Amino acid sequence: MTTLISTSARRGRDLLGSRYTPVLVTLVLLILVFAAGASQYRGFASGQVIANLFVDNAFLIVLAVGMTFVILTGGIDLSVGSVVALSTMIAASLARAGWPPAAIILVVLVTTSTLGLLVGLVIHYFEIQPFIATLAAMFLARGLCYVISLDSISITEPWFTAMAQTRIPLAPGLSISPSVIVAAVVVIVAFVVLHYSRLGRTVYAIGGGEHSATLMGLPVPRTKVLVYVISGFCSGVAGILFTFYTLSGYSLTAVGMELDAIAAVVIGGTLLTGGYGFVLGSLLGVLLLGVIQTIISFEGTLSSWWTKIVIGSLLLVFIVLQRLLTARRR
Amino acid sequence: MSTPNLGTLRDLPKARLFWPIVTLVALLLLNFAVSPGFFAIRFQNGHLFGSLVDILRNGAPTLLVALGMTVVIATRGIDLSVGAVVAISGALACTIIADSPTPDSLGTVLAAVAVALVFSLVLGAWNGLLVAVFGIQPIIATLILMTAGRGIAMLITEGNIITISSAPYKVIGAGYWFGLPASIVIAGVMFAVAALLTRKTALGLLIESVGINPVASRLAGVRSRGIVWVVYVFSGLCAAIAGLMISSNVTAADANSAGLYIEMDAILAVVIGGTSLAGGRYSLTGTLIGAFVIQTLTTTVYTVGIAPSITLVFKALVVIAVCLLQSPALQARLRSRRASTKGVLA
Repeated sequence: MTTLISTSARRGRDLLGSRYTPVLVTLVLLILVFAAGASQYRGFASGQVIANLFVDNAFLIVLAVGMTFVILTGGIDLSVGSVVALSTMIAASLARAGWPPAAIILVVLVTTSTLGLLVGLVIHYFEIQPFIATLAAMFLARGLCYVISLDSISITEPWFTAMAQTRIPLAPGLSISPSVIVAAVVVIVAFVVLHYSRLGRTVYAIGGGEHSATLMGLPVPRTKVLVYVISGFCSGVAGILFTFYTLSGYSLTAVGMELDAIAAVVIGGTLLTGGYGFVLGSLLGVLLLGVIQTIISFEGTLSSWWTKIVIGSLLLVFIVLQRLLTARRR
Repeated sequence: MSTPNLGTLRDLPKARLFWPIVTLVALLLLNFAVSPGFFAIRFQNGHLFGSLVDILRNGAPTLLVALGMTVVIATRGIDLSVGAVVAISGALACTIIADSPTPDSLGTVLAAVAVALVFSLVLGAWNGLLVAVFGIQPIIATLILMTAGRGIAMLITEGNIITISSAPYKVIGAGYWFGLPASIVIAGVMFAVAALLTRKTALGLLIESVGINPVASRLAGVRSRGIVWVVYVFSGLCAAIAGLMISSNVTAADANSAGLYIEMDAILAVVIGGTSLAGGRYSLTGTLIGAFVIQTLTTTVYTVGIAPSITLVFKALVVIAVCLLQSPALQARLRSRRASTKGVLA
């Protein structure tokens, strides 16, 4: 990564051209896939189909934002799917016990952020690979779900059902859910933090080279722990959005969602070794996954497992693309 | 064996396999304390029965997957796709048997097994291609097959759970050979083959050298690309055999749940067995012990009567404890403390 920085100084203009290449590729691909869908199916190119991309994937957008922070530092968070499930379980069980919604949200966010904090501390101070530490957290969060309940708990709390059913009209025949607004706020805040704050600069610097970042006097330990807190917090938010979507808590929900989040971030052009990537790219990644899912549901005869194969193939294409781009820079 | 003198006794806790063995023995004794009949092994109808035999039999798939994982980890890699390969091989074999007009014939079963194993070699070679030729990080390269693999397995079974009734196929996971459960024999043979190939030839040394320093070993003339390729193919093969065992044991192939989280169990077995995730030195015996520690842990949960709902939390806490104990930072801190107390004493 240090070589990247030195060449970037030498060939600044060249790099500026290629820095956005992966994101542009994703954008072009998104438009192409959408156009292909629109040409194949009647009613595909409607505003509501586009709005539904955001409505159906609001939780994944929030998850991908948290994951972007972690991957930018060169880490990975495998626990997010289980933490989403844990959030839905906490929310559903507290709602059943008659807690007010504000308290429920507070408990969920504090729990998931604390879990993220613990993971971050273990990774930094015990020098355990992020992959292993978050794997253990994945087990732990899923296990805590079972402790709360083995069965699905449905949510009948009026505020949650209201959030699930409310639609905000944008134009005639075009509406979004409150979750979309939450996701949009998360994306905007993340964008500002990553590009216009010290924390964001430090995140990129750690991904570029942890040693150099330390030598530059940047607060590496604090930031490395903080990205996992951010990811935990985002998982909590995503979990609450997920309860708006499903109106229930279930231990076995969101199995493998961490892979969707990682896939979205990678397809969005973030380098898995850290240091390069954009939160808006991750947003595009989620939308691309969403369009593919929409096409598969429009097709009807195509079975849902094709989604997994297509996501796997897309991952492959983008990872090879990343390799080619970084190899050329060297 | 001569009687060990005091010096070697004192060095015992520093031996690589000391703590894994202590863990295993402690878990077994805990089981024995709770149910005194735990160590009893009966010989009935020419077969061995007993809790210990059950642990060996149920631990066989995990052991196989962990065996492949050990050599992959020794080269500084990781194979996340093993769970998906387990699902694919089970799905492939069961679908072929279910579609054939003679599910009970040995020929059909052998053909199905052969197809599943050959396909797993292809999958392993694919992982090896991504890692060794394209130079993609192992976590990410195998993540692709982990995601797409379940889809492929579901494509094969067309989303259904394929149930079969085939006596020869059932033998792999639930049958007996020479009085022993067949799965134990198969896992034992694979373990012996792996141990012979890596410890009686230079292969083990080459694998370790690639794991310790890929660049230096390439400069020293080791064909690291080929070595890396071989370990991923081996891992795929091991996972496929485990997949055959699992599907044969339940006489069904479930593309969604077969081998789910088995990669986690396998990685844990390797870590508990003392092989470092940073690559290099590895221990197949350690992995063997690690796999049985995990299986005994699962069994303990049942014998001790821990509610199934907290099994996963219990397992997670054990994992965290083992990882923390093995973490380089904690080890260094303990060592420096020991050194300082020694200094005070002297």
